[in-house]
Amino acid sequence: MTPFWVLAPIMVIAALGLIFARKAVHAALALAVVMISLAVLYAAQGAPFLFAVQIIVYTGAIMMLFLFVLMLVGVDSSDAVRETIAGQRFFAAVIGLVFGITAVLAIGQTVSGAVVGLRKANENGNPYGLAELLFGKYVLAFEFTSALLITAALGAMVLAHKERLTPRHSQADIAARRMREYAESGRHPGPQPTPGVFARHNAVDTPALLPDGTPLESSISQSIIDRGQVRDGFDDDIDKVVEQLRPDEEEEK
Amino acid sequence: MNEYITLSLILFTIGAVGVLVRRNAIIVFMCIELMLNATNLAFVSFSRQHGNLDGQVAAFFVMVVAAAEVVVGLSIIVSIYRARRTTSVDDSNLLKS
Repeated sequence: MTPFWVLAPIMVIAALGLIFARKAVHAALALAVVMISLAVLYAAQGAPFLFAVQIIVYTGAIMMLFLFVLMLVGVDSSDAVRETIAGQRFFAAVIGLVFGITAVLAIGQTVSGAVVGLRKANENGNPYGLAELLFGKYVLAFEFTSALLITAALGAMVLAHKERLTPRHSQADIAARRMREYAESGRHPGPQPTPGVFARHNAVDTPALLPDGTPLESSISQSIIDRGQVRDGFDDDIDKVVEQLRPDEEEEK
Repeated sequence: MNEYITLSLILFTIGAVGVLVRRNAIIVFMCIELMLNATNLAFVSFSRQHGNLDGQVAAFFVMVVAAAEVVVGLSIIVSIYRARRTTSVDDSNLLKS
């Protein structure tokens, strides 16, 4: 009985955390606490097999899947604070309280009869007893379970599948397009010159200079041109270069 | 025995209120899981009371079905999120005129 009275308050508080937690990750952690505590309660009630299954399936697989989807969808997607239906939270709390009190009084207090205990049923070991039922009396349900699991896996694959809207560009397509452009418009099929070639600066916002000193627009990224961040007065830069070259000529004279 | 059933009912009620109150579809889903777990606790407790293992087999089947349900449900949430960029259950109101 000791594990029950230790774990029951923790479980109720953690379950309430599921309702009151602002962030979805905190709710997931609270649910994990409830599930692990439940596993301990299963072990205390003569169900060691379910103890292991609870830990492996629920806290291991299902909670991991929840956290995975939380990360995929975005941890920040928190709850909207506004209520869509006026007074919904209040009425939900009232209905919950009424249901809870009625259920606890009506069902919780009327469970009667002596507790038989599982000593006799577990005499060969709990997994043995479960296997005898699972592969004997419930074998048809067990088979249907396998069909259900396969259907669920297929359904998840279909739902998570994303149709490609545009055909995929392969390396061969890109190369063919470049050669076609070269044949039609004479555009150089090779790589573009990097920004700053032969210019005063080699920053990405300085266009490369052609051998005759004119700047080559296509050497800068289109996004920098669109943002208007191409270095101001790169013509001045050329003038400065020319001026720097001139004194040498004068000195030679 | 009564205290186990009472705890199970309290957890079930909290899960039901959570389904009604929360707006985030993932948390609503977690509350459904809490309700399933609460019924599992009742199954295991009744199994101990009656002294046979049928209740534990039922809890085991609930776990299997819950695992399948989580896989399908979460992929539905992911595909809704992909189409509408939200996981709030209030924003999926296409059928509203």
